[in-house]
Amino acid sequence: MNQFAPILPEIILTVGAIVLMMVAAFGGRRSGGLVSWAAVAVLILATVALKGAPSNAGVIFGGLVSADLFGSFGKGVIFIASAVAIIAAHGWFERDAEHGPEYSVLVLLTALGGAVMVSATSLITLYIGLELLSLSSYVLASYRRSDERSAEAGLKYFVLGALASGILLYGISLLYGFTGTMNFPGIAAAFGREGVPSIGLLFGLVFVLAGVAFKVSAVPFHMWTPDVYEGAPTPVTAFFASAPKVAAMLLGVRLCIDALGPATDAWRQIVIFAALASVFLGAVAAYGQTNIKRLLAYSSINNVGFVLVGLAAGTPEGVSSVLFYLAVYVVMTLGAFLCVLWMRDENGQPVEDIAALSGLSQTRPGFAAALAVFMFSLAGIPPLFGFWPKLLVFRAAVDAGLIALAVAAIIGTVVGAYYYLRIVKVMYFDDAATPFARVRQPVQGALIFLAAIAVSPLGYLLIGPLQAISDKAAGSIF
Amino acid sequence: MLSILIALPLLAGLACLFVKANGARWIALIATLIDLAIGVYLWGAYDPAGAQWQFVENVPLGGGIAWALGIDGIAMVLIMLSVFLMPICIGASWRAIDKRVPEYMAAFLLMEALMLGVFAAQDLFLFYVFFEGGLIPMYLIIGIWGGVERIKASYKFFLYTLFGSVLMLIAMIYMVVDAGTTSIPALMAHDFPVDVQKWLWLAFFASFAVKMPMWPVHTWLPDAHVQAPTAGSVILAGVLLKMGGYGFIRFSLPMFPEGSAMFVPLVFILSGIAVVYTSLVALVQRDMKKLIAYSSVAHMAFVTFGLFAMNRQGLEGAMIVMLSHGLVSGALFLCVGVIYDRLHTREIAQYGGLSNNMPGYALLFMLFTMASVGLPGTSGFVGEFLSLVGTYEASSWAAIVATTGIILGAAYMLYLYWRIAFGIARTEGAAAMKDLDMREWWLLAPIAAGVLWMGVYPESFLRPIRADIGRVLERVERTAPQGDAHLTKGKPQAAAAHGAEHGAEAAH
Repeated sequence: MNQFAPILPEIILTVGAIVLMMVAAFGGRRSGGLVSWAAVAVLILATVALKGAPSNAGVIFGGLVSADLFGSFGKGVIFIASAVAIIAAHGWFERDAEHGPEYSVLVLLTALGGAVMVSATSLITLYIGLELLSLSSYVLASYRRSDERSAEAGLKYFVLGALASGILLYGISLLYGFTGTMNFPGIAAAFGREGVPSIGLLFGLVFVLAGVAFKVSAVPFHMWTPDVYEGAPTPVTAFFASAPKVAAMLLGVRLCIDALGPATDAWRQIVIFAALASVFLGAVAAYGQTNIKRLLAYSSINNVGFVLVGLAAGTPEGVSSVLFYLAVYVVMTLGAFLCVLWMRDENGQPVEDIAALSGLSQTRPGFAAALAVFMFSLAGIPPLFGFWPKLLVFRAAVDAGLIALAVAAIIGTVVGAYYYLRIVKVMYFDDAATPFARVRQPVQGALIFLAAIAVSPLGYLLIGPLQAISDKAAGSIF
Repeated sequence: MLSILIALPLLAGLACLFVKANGARWIALIATLIDLAIGVYLWGAYDPAGAQWQFVENVPLGGGIAWALGIDGIAMVLIMLSVFLMPICIGASWRAIDKRVPEYMAAFLLMEALMLGVFAAQDLFLFYVFFEGGLIPMYLIIGIWGGVERIKASYKFFLYTLFGSVLMLIAMIYMVVDAGTTSIPALMAHDFPVDVQKWLWLAFFASFAVKMPMWPVHTWLPDAHVQAPTAGSVILAGVLLKMGGYGFIRFSLPMFPEGSAMFVPLVFILSGIAVVYTSLVALVQRDMKKLIAYSSVAHMAFVTFGLFAMNRQGLEGAMIVMLSHGLVSGALFLCVGVIYDRLHTREIAQYGGLSNNMPGYALLFMLFTMASVGLPGTSGFVGEFLSLVGTYEASSWAAIVATTGIILGAAYMLYLYWRIAFGIARTEGAAAMKDLDMREWWLLAPIAAGVLWMGVYPESFLRPIRADIGRVLERVERTAPQGDAHLTKGKPQAAAAHGAEHGAEAAH
């Protein structure tokens, strides 16, 4: 039994998902509410179970996974984000007849996939986790079967995702072929032996990174993001922007540091390119958007760019800044999407037009203030807390001697600030449009409030503990 | 004490959001008056001969940022200026703002908290947070309560200043990595390598020059001023512009003395252009607010001249110009606001002959015009004189160019005053305007008193900053520009022989 203690959270998720699937199968549609709250409970339980062995057992199962604080940090963020996504959907789908219990089960499975990804130390585990996450995501994207856009999003995501998986697999096979091992430390040793990596290893590295870049939607593998974000039901979009992104990003970090550490010079240029391209494309392409979900999709591309700046540093400080950034980013983006979920016209139909927000500050001051806080925070304008993780990634980059990268990326923040400001402008400066329908959802309201408080200047009080834990987590993979 | 000073407007701002318009007005007024009282207490309790940093607080937040506050004399007088202007701004908005009053007051109080934070911060990143944070409330103030073109102006204001500041952030990060501390007092004593200093200096310059604003990055200012509501203009001209000068004297000069010395010619050339060019531009403006906005750019050029002369007269003069300009331009914007509230136009041609029907107004407006021109006895004279003396010691050519600014300043201000106050009213509306009411007297009279006080007895304001200017000088002395206008000992002529010759001639 003891050897399973380090994977207790994953076991809880697996058992929970299977049991709830049974409940769903026998309970039918009526069990939707019950299953979603039970799924939230499972996720909370799994988060609590992260304490102890799962955070410090080290490499287990013959080097397939590593139970360390780095993984636990990622899992904690993923589980909490998943729980929020389930709660968000609970309020959202109930108006539609389509809310079945399988939504929550799929989210649980995605979270499980993410959990496997962040602790994988072998290319095989990595791929299993990634596929579990991806397959569940494809289904989630097309969750509203009757909605054409949703079906289209699911199909697009599936086709492009399958392509990315193929590229990733090809890269894995190259890495395996040229190093003779699937384990990260073994790959690192092979890279270390060679000095200058051979062309085959380089190809493997590029293909694997391309596959990961697709999952985190870094430019130039971002094409699917706006379409999928727009087409998928909004709670699913909120979920996509948070948990899977964290999982894929941390997987990429562990891969780069653990397996490709000796080849840092080789992957750094790729990461730098992806970082700057994401920052600028995410900023510029968002200008003309009229749909808030598409805008937030570009915002997520933009933010991924900043996270990659931290990774490009390749130092413990850099990894720590990545973790810090992701934790804060998830809060900001979930908060913003929870606000989007509340955008409904008088008939209760969801609205996604940015123009519909106009004059919101007069009709719904609290709502507008919360969304404005998230926008300024995503833009990284102090005194909001979104500024601090940006500072940390820039600091890591400067510390690693990448001053030009930091300067270029920070200019990207100014370019990006424009479209975040536009949302604030629409809400505060424009004349009031028809007000949204009132939504009575105390739980979601409380979540928005908590998220807004966390990214407000009060968030700075969290710097101490959050920094300490992300430093420790980053230290555990070096 | 400083924490209370900052927290009080913040809490009051939050409280404003939960009450009706009138409640918000009173809360804002009371909170700013209490802050003023605290400011006066600080002024009284500040010991000019004591430690460099007083009222120090330091609570580490972990992760390389600390809630570190503390003020020296320079920060103290600027905090005084801020808390002095705030109640006046609230008073100026008492009736002029009638929509969304609670939010307006909240934005203003947030603004005050952040401004005070800028002057009191002793942690580099904390400073940046306050410095940048001020953009948000100002963006909202211009965008919601501004004029017709408010949206463009608010964007321009925000993006311009943000762009300037982000480069400074990278420089700050570099400094922290290099020096291993975020404490501003420690960094002020740290010697950065000379070749790095010039880059750091340029990055800081990008930020402060936009904020100041210096030519050619001043173009956001006229737009922002014209569109902002009166109180917004007052606080913008009165305090926000001072952050640029404060930044130069707190960061650029003591932290990068070699870098500063290297770029003195650049600063002098830009300031010289600003003085002449923006004064000429001000001369042809038809919009009162725009005219005063351009005059601000010209006046701030005296500050940069004085600062980068890097000598005592220059630095002290720059500080006094900042304080004086804070009062005078604030008062001038209020004066514009007074007549704008009555006639709802800022076009100079719509007014005229106001000295007939508004004698009280004409009197005060005259006083502030003269202070802006730099008439002896007003605050403007003290500051401009000192800073010109300092500039002259550094470079006589720069001083000559700068002095033309005084002449041009007199030209555009007197021309403005003549068109508004003298002659006969050009429109019926202008002729029917009533003189200042009680509230407006209460707003303008304290500023008038301040202007005269600073003009007649500037020692009150110089005493607290003298020691700190001295400390800045210690850092920059070794690199200060030598100047071309020193008295030199001439070669003694062979006077004795000469005399002897004369003597000999006389003997003949």
